[in-house]
Amino acid sequence: MMDTIMEFLAHSYTQWGLWTLLYTLLIVVGVLIAVAYYTYAERKVMGAMQRRQGPMTVGPLGLLQPIADGLKLFSKETIIPSGAHRVVFLLAPMMLFALSLIAWAVIPFDKGWVLANVNVGILYLFAVSSMTVYGVIMAGWASNSRYAFLGGLRSASQMVSYEVSMGLIIVCVLLCTGSLNLQEIVLADRPLWVQILLFPMFIVFLVSILAETNRAPFDLPEGESEITGGFMVEYSAMAFALFFLGEYSAMILMSAMTTTLFLGGWLPPFGLEFFAFVPGIIWFALKTALIMFVFLWARATLPRFRYDQLMRLGWKVFLPFTLFWVVLTAGLLVTFDALP
Amino acid sequence: MLIQALAFYLFAIILVASAGMVIAARNPVHSVLFLILGFFNSAGLFVLLGAEFVGMILVIVYVGAVAVLFLFVVMMLDISFSDLRKGAMQYVPVGLLIACVLFAELFLVYGAWSFVPGVEQNIAVATADFEGVSNAEVIGRVLYTDYFLPFQLAGLVLFVAMIGAIVLTLRVRPGVRKQIVSEQQKRKREDVLEVVKVTSGTGV
Repeated sequence: MMDTIMEFLAHSYTQWGLWTLLYTLLIVVGVLIAVAYYTYAERKVMGAMQRRQGPMTVGPLGLLQPIADGLKLFSKETIIPSGAHRVVFLLAPMMLFALSLIAWAVIPFDKGWVLANVNVGILYLFAVSSMTVYGVIMAGWASNSRYAFLGGLRSASQMVSYEVSMGLIIVCVLLCTGSLNLQEIVLADRPLWVQILLFPMFIVFLVSILAETNRAPFDLPEGESEITGGFMVEYSAMAFALFFLGEYSAMILMSAMTTTLFLGGWLPPFGLEFFAFVPGIIWFALKTALIMFVFLWARATLPRFRYDQLMRLGWKVFLPFTLFWVVLTAGLLVTFDALP
Repeated sequence: MLIQALAFYLFAIILVASAGMVIAARNPVHSVLFLILGFFNSAGLFVLLGAEFVGMILVIVYVGAVAVLFLFVVMMLDISFSDLRKGAMQYVPVGLLIACVLFAELFLVYGAWSFVPGVEQNIAVATADFEGVSNAEVIGRVLYTDYFLPFQLAGLVLFVAMIGAIVLTLRVRPGVRKQIVSEQQKRKREDVLEVVKVTSGTGV
């Protein structure tokens, strides 16, 4: 009996399977903890910006607040409206949550620390992030409520609009790095002028990911002052918690994606060699946390856009600008013979 | 190999089943959702074939953009689909005819592949010296280097079609007020605001 188990464990497929399982579990648990403490950080940061204290009572410095919030949502009753399309209604939050987790499979946390080192990693990320719109639109439709439906429609048109310019920005980065593999994108040689060339795209990308994750100042799909909470209006308890987890996980994912594309992933900042003793994952986490802070900063500072302003920014400003920049980047790379 | 075969059958069965549900579902929104499931599974089949680039593009373009618009339109439409369904049975012979033609064509293609020796050489021309290169690079080389002109012409045709669609649906509505941002930016304080000293009892 023992022998068969040992033999089973020694088999290369089994080892591969177990290793993958362990790694997946690590990522999922890590992301969930990060999400829990991101909500805490959000309340603390916004508190500091508005001269409040934020959560203080549960645990030392309020550190147990996210756990208390989670337990509260667990213990509540899930209410399904009588007019709702039951299957789609329950499928929507699950789908959103699952999608925000599966994208982590291709993110390189450190050199070689990646679950699936696929050739088209960046396309996979883009595909998964473009699918999250279904969670929202299905929730909006299945709730059978005017407010939820309006929220779903807003979200769909908003995400489709901003994905176009996001795609063009990714094309710019790909032109400079010459690979669709995320590890190779991080490791690709970027001279200073290429970095300067990509800087405007970095800024546009930051704004686009705010719109893509439906965060303030582009949180019109939720828009509590006009449509009372948008697509989430009919959700309660765990179904609502899944939306919440999915949204925050998507924000962290987008920060990680920005880090990988523009900030050099796990490499020390500004190419400083003497920082190389710090493990790469720490640099990766710090850079991601920087972008995550920008999300909170924007939320605490900027008022919400009007819907036509949002559309104008997406189609009339970002799209022509990024399109022009793709042509410019390609032209400069060809002129200086710097194509990878 | 076994896992690949299992994955193939899983994707294929779900694909065929969801394709069937697209026409069988009573609710049009459910039809679109099944269509999306179908797209997704065909992307899985492409990945199994080793064409991961095509698979991902299928998800990005069809699932991420085209199907969103389908869903958008279907959700907004307020038509009774049971009324539409009433006359549907009279089209069954046409549908069957088209299915037969498609099946025969597929049969001929695969038959030619297996039984006619010359066909394999035609395929060999298209995949000449692409050993050991990722398929994104191969597609890039074929489209942008070998067949550059036809590809650009195809793009031009699509562009014309796009302009046509815009021109056909454009209507000028008089009396609609538009926000012109540049005009707003150009407004100066002196043009619109006048500070008046008012002494009490006189009015402006």
